[in-house]
Amino acid sequence: MKTDATLDCIGLYCPMPIYNTAKKIKELKPGQVLEVLADDEGIKEDMPAWCRTTGNELLGIEEENGEYKAYVRKAK
Amino acid sequence: MAEKITLVVFSGEMDKAMAAFNIAIGAASMGMEVSMFFTFWGLNIIKKNEGPIKSRGMMRKMLNFMNRGGSKRLPLSRFHMLGLGKWMMGKLMREAKFPSVDELIATAKEAGVKFIACTNTMGVMGLSKEAFISEVDSFGGVAAYLAEAKEGRVNLFV
Repeated sequence: MKTDATLDCIGLYCPMPIYNTAKKIKELKPGQVLEVLADDEGIKEDMPAWCRTTGNELLGIEEENGEYKAYVRKAK
Repeated sequence: MAEKITLVVFSGEMDKAMAAFNIAIGAASMGMEVSMFFTFWGLNIIKKNEGPIKSRGMMRKMLNFMNRGGSKRLPLSRFHMLGLGKWMMGKLMREAKFPSVDELIATAKEAGVKFIACTNTMGVMGLSKEAFISEVDSFGGVAAYLAEAKEGRVNLFV
């Protein structure tokens, strides 16, 4: 997937991945895609919930060897 | 307008403080306006770690000696075991790179969370504004809380 920025949250626990995502997304332009790397399983529920609440679009979450990649498109 | 959330932080234990700050930081990250009202033992979380707590009268002096507070002195709500449990929990948290109460306070402030200290408890315990960290935004009573809580979509008591 083509991404415009990557945020590394490996080793961070809730609520830091969400907090860092909220901070990072401000640097992006509407329509751009942010990739969030995390290894706290909570991200599987938290990122969809965060996107629903903030209006950003969740493009998907990939899981590989206990690590997660979440893709978020910044809302228009 | 942003949705509001309020937290009444009544408890002064480290684990409960952490839960409260986690929710506050999470809510701010979700775009909510967050107010934390610290009352009773919860005031211990936002007391300065350094220096004496000045108060008048024997009973208040005793209370503030036994109930010194400060983010670094908070006990665990369970398994404190005279500090042994807290030491072990602190070690586990540091190993897991879990943020400390101080770091959570800093992050909460950075996220725009408002800290309000309860003047009622301060009066009873004889605490002055100087006893508290500079991160406290204001000092208020129950009306200040209710005015926020009335508009709050989520109101929690910790």
